[in-house]
Amino acid sequence: MSDKPRIDEPTGTRTVGHEWDGIEELDTPMPRWWLWTLYATIAWAAVYVVLYPAIPMVNSATQGVLGWSSRADLEKEMAGHTAKRAPIVNAIAAMPIAALPSKPELLEAAIQGGSAAFKVHCVQCHGAGGAGVVGLYPSLTDDDWLWGGDLGNIETTLIHGIRNPDHDETRLSSMPAFGRDGILDTAAINDLVSHVRVISRQEKPSAASTRGAVLFEANCVACHGTSGEGNRELGAPRLTDAVWLYGGSREAIAKTIYNPRNGVMPRWNDKLDAVTIRMLAAYVHSLGGGEDAPAPFSAPATAASAPDEDPGNG
Amino acid sequence: MANPDTLAGHDGPLYAARKGVYPKKVDGNFRRLKWLIMAVTLAIYYGTPWIRWDRGPYAPDQAVLIDLANRRFYMFQIEIWPHEFYYVAGLLIMAGIGLFLVTSAVGRAWCGYACPQTVWTDLFQHVDRVIDGDRNAQIRLANGPWTGGKIAKRAAKYAIYLAIAFWTGGAWIMYFADAPTLTRDFWTGEAAFIAYGTVAALTATTFVLGGFMREQVCIYMCPWPRIQTAMMDEKSLLVTYKDWRGEPRGSLKKALAHPGSLGDCVDCNQCVAVCPTGIDIREGPQIGCITCALCIDACDTVMAQVGRPRGLIDYCALDDVAVEKAGGTAPPVLKTLLRPRLMIYLAIWCAIGAAMLFSLGERTRLDLAVQHERSPLYVQLSDGAIRNNYTLKLRNMEARPRTVAITVSGLPGAQLWTETGSRDRASQRVEMTISPDSVTRVRLFVAAPATGPVRQDFTIATYGRDGDPRGDSDIIQFDRPEAQ
Repeated sequence: MSDKPRIDEPTGTRTVGHEWDGIEELDTPMPRWWLWTLYATIAWAAVYVVLYPAIPMVNSATQGVLGWSSRADLEKEMAGHTAKRAPIVNAIAAMPIAALPSKPELLEAAIQGGSAAFKVHCVQCHGAGGAGVVGLYPSLTDDDWLWGGDLGNIETTLIHGIRNPDHDETRLSSMPAFGRDGILDTAAINDLVSHVRVISRQEKPSAASTRGAVLFEANCVACHGTSGEGNRELGAPRLTDAVWLYGGSREAIAKTIYNPRNGVMPRWNDKLDAVTIRMLAAYVHSLGGGEDAPAPFSAPATAASAPDEDPGNG
Repeated sequence: MANPDTLAGHDGPLYAARKGVYPKKVDGNFRRLKWLIMAVTLAIYYGTPWIRWDRGPYAPDQAVLIDLANRRFYMFQIEIWPHEFYYVAGLLIMAGIGLFLVTSAVGRAWCGYACPQTVWTDLFQHVDRVIDGDRNAQIRLANGPWTGGKIAKRAAKYAIYLAIAFWTGGAWIMYFADAPTLTRDFWTGEAAFIAYGTVAALTATTFVLGGFMREQVCIYMCPWPRIQTAMMDEKSLLVTYKDWRGEPRGSLKKALAHPGSLGDCVDCNQCVAVCPTGIDIREGPQIGCITCALCIDACDTVMAQVGRPRGLIDYCALDDVAVEKAGGTAPPVLKTLLRPRLMIYLAIWCAIGAAMLFSLGERTRLDLAVQHERSPLYVQLSDGAIRNNYTLKLRNMEARPRTVAITVSGLPGAQLWTETGSRDRASQRVEMTISPDSVTRVRLFVAAPATGPVRQDFTIATYGRDGDPRGDSDIIQFDRPEAQ
């Protein structure tokens, strides 16, 4: 190995003096402009250090004379997005929720906004996509609704919650604990289970179900209806269908009659703004089970009855 | 030749200053070819965005448009969507193989004729000659004092440089938006910041690289000379000084005084004077030679003047060099071009092109992608049936709204409806109108009886209801709860 620089004959250039199996490296001079480029980058760095946050100090970096920060950038971008969304948000806020379907672009925007809010506030119980958890939280994607599945009812449920403590307007109903409180004994509960299983077409009629029918007539029809069709005014589930929040097996139904859950959903009007709640309602309505608004005559009836109730409540 | 001993303690220069290159005006076949290629390539570059192409009311009418905002690439009657980007990959592969083909045939012809750096440098050097005069006048002016005349000439030259550079940068952005609209917006200050930024950056690079860096780009920056060297073989044509014919060189006067003692080269230095990269081709093949062949034109002119045969400097393959040195005649150029290596490159190039054209002609313009929603996987409905939700992406790649139908098969008793429908009105089929040239997202609800396999494959299909019945289908799963 030669370590003596020599002049390479064909090019007339000096070698660096190393040789690997006959391969030598030429010490070709760098072009002068390359040096200028290097100086330019150094100058750039010097200016940059003055203008932008750069040198780490004990608690934070130097601020830079431009006062730039990535957080301020983010705030500006977020403000820009808020301003861009404002017309849509205001339009959604300004119209009654039942009218949303007549404005497809607003409905679409509301569903998108609701989808985002759902992921933050609702998935903890109802699961991603509103799948629910059997035995704990209802599915929002099916066609069975405890308190009503049209846009207005879903919004009301969201605003006031279900059995939300210390809130007057919350949706409220309470199934008695027939077993725990000793209203019915175990045999009676078993008969009642048989009857419920018959009306939901899970069992064939039997002697037990016949006895259960009598018990049902005496204890259950006030809320669940004479044939178990349920009552949405009271959040009493329909007992004849295939959807069971707390399970439809003998054990599960018996457990419910013995000690009902009376599930709670918090109200959201103290946590979210009205438009976000409205968008959540639109999103939940879009999950596959959303119902059309009820026939118009019921709407004035509720509106008219509300003021009448007010003095009584006060 | 320096004595190695004298190098001890001598570090040599670390940096080399650029040597001024003042190529002399020349005329000849290759120069005319270069003018023609320059005119054609510049016309294509500056003019293409202004060609109009009628695509109907739902698509832009610019023949070549890279619409980044809407993710479309238009090229005459071809429209490429992002998911069809493999066509662009195919074009790039063709460009690569085309370069293999050209390089193994005629060496660095790309460098010498078609490379943008070469074309713009050639244009800027022409500006030099128009403002400053030919080679000698340019050298005189460069070395002369800063008189008023020199300042005026420099100002005029740089102004023209800047105008060309600006025009070049300005033409670039026209490929990315409607050219007439963008031009108007650009001058009224309404164009996007990125448009001004791009024009400024490209104006700067064109001004610096074409006006000042020139051959430095080829010699120091560009990787292509190194790559091309590896692609050439002994049959590739190179610009070659035929030293066996030219040496020993000497002036015409000397040659006439001592006939037979000197070669054909009259040492007139014209080949060096016309070289746009400032090299001496007589030193042999080198990285600085872009094979523009202007030295061939210059030498041919001189040979004609002194009454000697042309081609002292000429395109010549290494194999031909050996033959000619031995006194033989090189085979005709056509024979070296028709060798198997080039034929194979050509065949591959044509095959890729033909395959792309064929698939372009065959592609459907209505596309379906189905995603089974996983959360929840299935929904228990109150009447006992099971519902699954699917997200459909319907890609209408035609520039017209379309009426399409969505159907399912392989799922007995299925009912389908979308967000705008309901199960009461559901049937085995959904029909809808989808927007032109866009992807429509549809949530499809499919309900089926609970009796059936836990996981069942079935087909969702879409097809046109407006004349063109071609469409697309996807096999997807229907999930049911496990038996309790």
